[in-house]
Amino acid sequence: MKKIHLAVALLAALGSVGAFADTPGVMKSPATSPATSASGADLYAHICQGCHMVQAQGATGAGKYPSLVSNPALKSADYVAVTVLLGKRAMPAFGKPVDPSFNFGEVHISDADVAEVVNFVRSHFGNQNADKITASKIETMPHPIN
Amino acid sequence: MSSTSLDDSPGLNRRQLLRMIGLTAGNAAMYQAMSSLGFAADSTYTGPINLQGAPKGASVLVLGAGIAGLVAAYEMRKAGYKVQVLEYNARPGGRNWTLRGGDRYTELGGLAQECQFDKDLYINPGPWRLPYHHRGILSYCKKLNVPLEPFIQINYNAYVHARKGFGGKPQRYREVKSDYQGQVAELLAKATKQNALDQQVTAEDREKLLESLRDWGALDKNFQYVAGQRSNERRGFERPPGGGLDARPEFSKPIGLSEILQSGIWQGIAFADEYDMQQTLMQPVGGMGRIGEAFGRELGDAIRYNAKITQIKQSDHGVTVTYEDTTAAAPAKGAPASAALTATADWCVCTIPLSILSQIDMNVGAPMAQAIAAVPYASAVKIGLQFKRRFWEEDDHIYGGITYTDLPIQNIGYPSNGFQDSGKGVLLGAYIWGMDAMEFTSLSPEGRVKRAIDQGGQIHPQYRDEFDNGISVAWHRSPFTLGCFGVWNEDTRGKHYDNLCQVDGRIVLAGEHASYIPGWQEGAVTSSLDAIGRLHQRAVAQGAGAKA
Repeated sequence: MKKIHLAVALLAALGSVGAFADTPGVMKSPATSPATSASGADLYAHICQGCHMVQAQGATGAGKYPSLVSNPALKSADYVAVTVLLGKRAMPAFGKPVDPSFNFGEVHISDADVAEVVNFVRSHFGNQNADKITASKIETMPHPIN
Repeated sequence: MSSTSLDDSPGLNRRQLLRMIGLTAGNAAMYQAMSSLGFAADSTYTGPINLQGAPKGASVLVLGAGIAGLVAAYEMRKAGYKVQVLEYNARPGGRNWTLRGGDRYTELGGLAQECQFDKDLYINPGPWRLPYHHRGILSYCKKLNVPLEPFIQINYNAYVHARKGFGGKPQRYREVKSDYQGQVAELLAKATKQNALDQQVTAEDREKLLESLRDWGALDKNFQYVAGQRSNERRGFERPPGGGLDARPEFSKPIGLSEILQSGIWQGIAFADEYDMQQTLMQPVGGMGRIGEAFGRELGDAIRYNAKITQIKQSDHGVTVTYEDTTAAAPAKGAPASAALTATADWCVCTIPLSILSQIDMNVGAPMAQAIAAVPYASAVKIGLQFKRRFWEEDDHIYGGITYTDLPIQNIGYPSNGFQDSGKGVLLGAYIWGMDAMEFTSLSPEGRVKRAIDQGGQIHPQYRDEFDNGISVAWHRSPFTLGCFGVWNEDTRGKHYDNLCQVDGRIVLAGEHASYIPGWQEGAVTSSLDAIGRLHQRAVAQGAGAKA
């Protein structure tokens, strides 16, 4: 069974993703290079900023995206890491899934990237937490199942 | 903003291997995986709902005037309930929404855009098509006199485009599909004739298989897919046949199978084979938002707009919802906050997206509360671009349909209506999800439009001269949804889906998020009908005793 799951997983990652929901049909972009870790600033700008905003100030409508500015909840690296890994309410889980066979466009980043972005937000936007979390620590933390 | 460093796709050899697996197993495997998640599922709509025997004087509060809330309000009012709807936006429809010239849209973060499209031109930032088997939403279009017209999903003359193939030049869908299918048929015919398939194919079937492969693949008498009359009747001619003198056709040459495989362009040819994308699809004349608008007219004063819900409390006697009027002037500095408004009813149908509901103070049981908190919302971006003329029709002979590209814009959608209009025209210049959608969301509205122009211009060079104006909607910046649609997976479906759908006391939830057809209006309709049916049963069972 494990083998079959793996095959489907890789197909899902690379094959054309069928147009389910009223979503676009997606052709996967060509792979350009093997996985390398991005900088925390890049990860924030490309992924987090869409919701948490350029200055991490958050936003409010019918619901809200929390501000990360000078936020005491960011004192705990473990808390921030688990939130990035598993998501929270509307926020998707960004950690690598244990069983990746059901990826339909969700974004998952490597443990090294999780560490980078956690360390970035904890030391920017008015947050001054000097301690760093490592990729090997992230690896030991809970990851999303799917 | 290059995404190369974020790309964690495996290396080339694995990719090549997977492409080969994909040739035979890809779509079937994907479809199977999708079906188990509820994607590509058929509608459960079985006909009009019949709610009989509503307790006299019973009342219901409907939270949210999207498709699920509108259906619930329409049907429960018809059944005799006193219905009040509270809606955050200043308009009905929710994600059923059309942006037209003069419309203003302010996204989260405060950036405002004014749509500058010409009269009758529009984009649908949310849903944009109605499959023929989505019988529920179609039945409401009929009931509310919303006229429909064809939505063109598949256009053989639109493009498929891969950055790494054909020097970056877009290819006609017609050519790629014919050439892929023809050469796969040729390979299979060869294997059959070399007896390589004898274990799978009986002698009786062998000749029929060969015959069918010739027909399916447009092969010649030697079972070969070559430049000639037969293949050109599928892929098109170098110089098409005409009338009169000098009208003899010239044949075009097929694209080699290897280039189709290596470029990845084959990924663009099967979308319209998916159940949800098969012709016939439809769209409301004048924009998808016509459905929400028609419901809004029907329900009239029963809908209170600009209502931001802050609390939902139920007791043995009823449900009380606290909300703010978002148009009320902010109190002067130092003055007390404006008084919160409340609405009460015996029952509540709550269609608020889970992204928002998970932040609202609400007393339901732990199973439902955990379900509400378990569903993240997808990222998606749509960009509408107005051009000075319909060059895609005039120059490229593309009337409706979709171009697929592996550029981050992912799709270019051509309007299915207004063919050969001599005025301006509007394209869906991008329809994006996944990582690319998150990156586009991070940009300003103008930045998104600019990037769509740059990328789309690689497919249609006319973009540069003909661009007029544009507007973008990034769904994670939508103040009324905080995302595009609820994303379930196998794990969360198993743990939480049933708990989300159960009636909890006097409250039931409905919406695409409470369906196995996520991201489709049909999911909202069927979820709503199912929810109000069960809530009604409970109301009838409690009868007059339901009253406080």
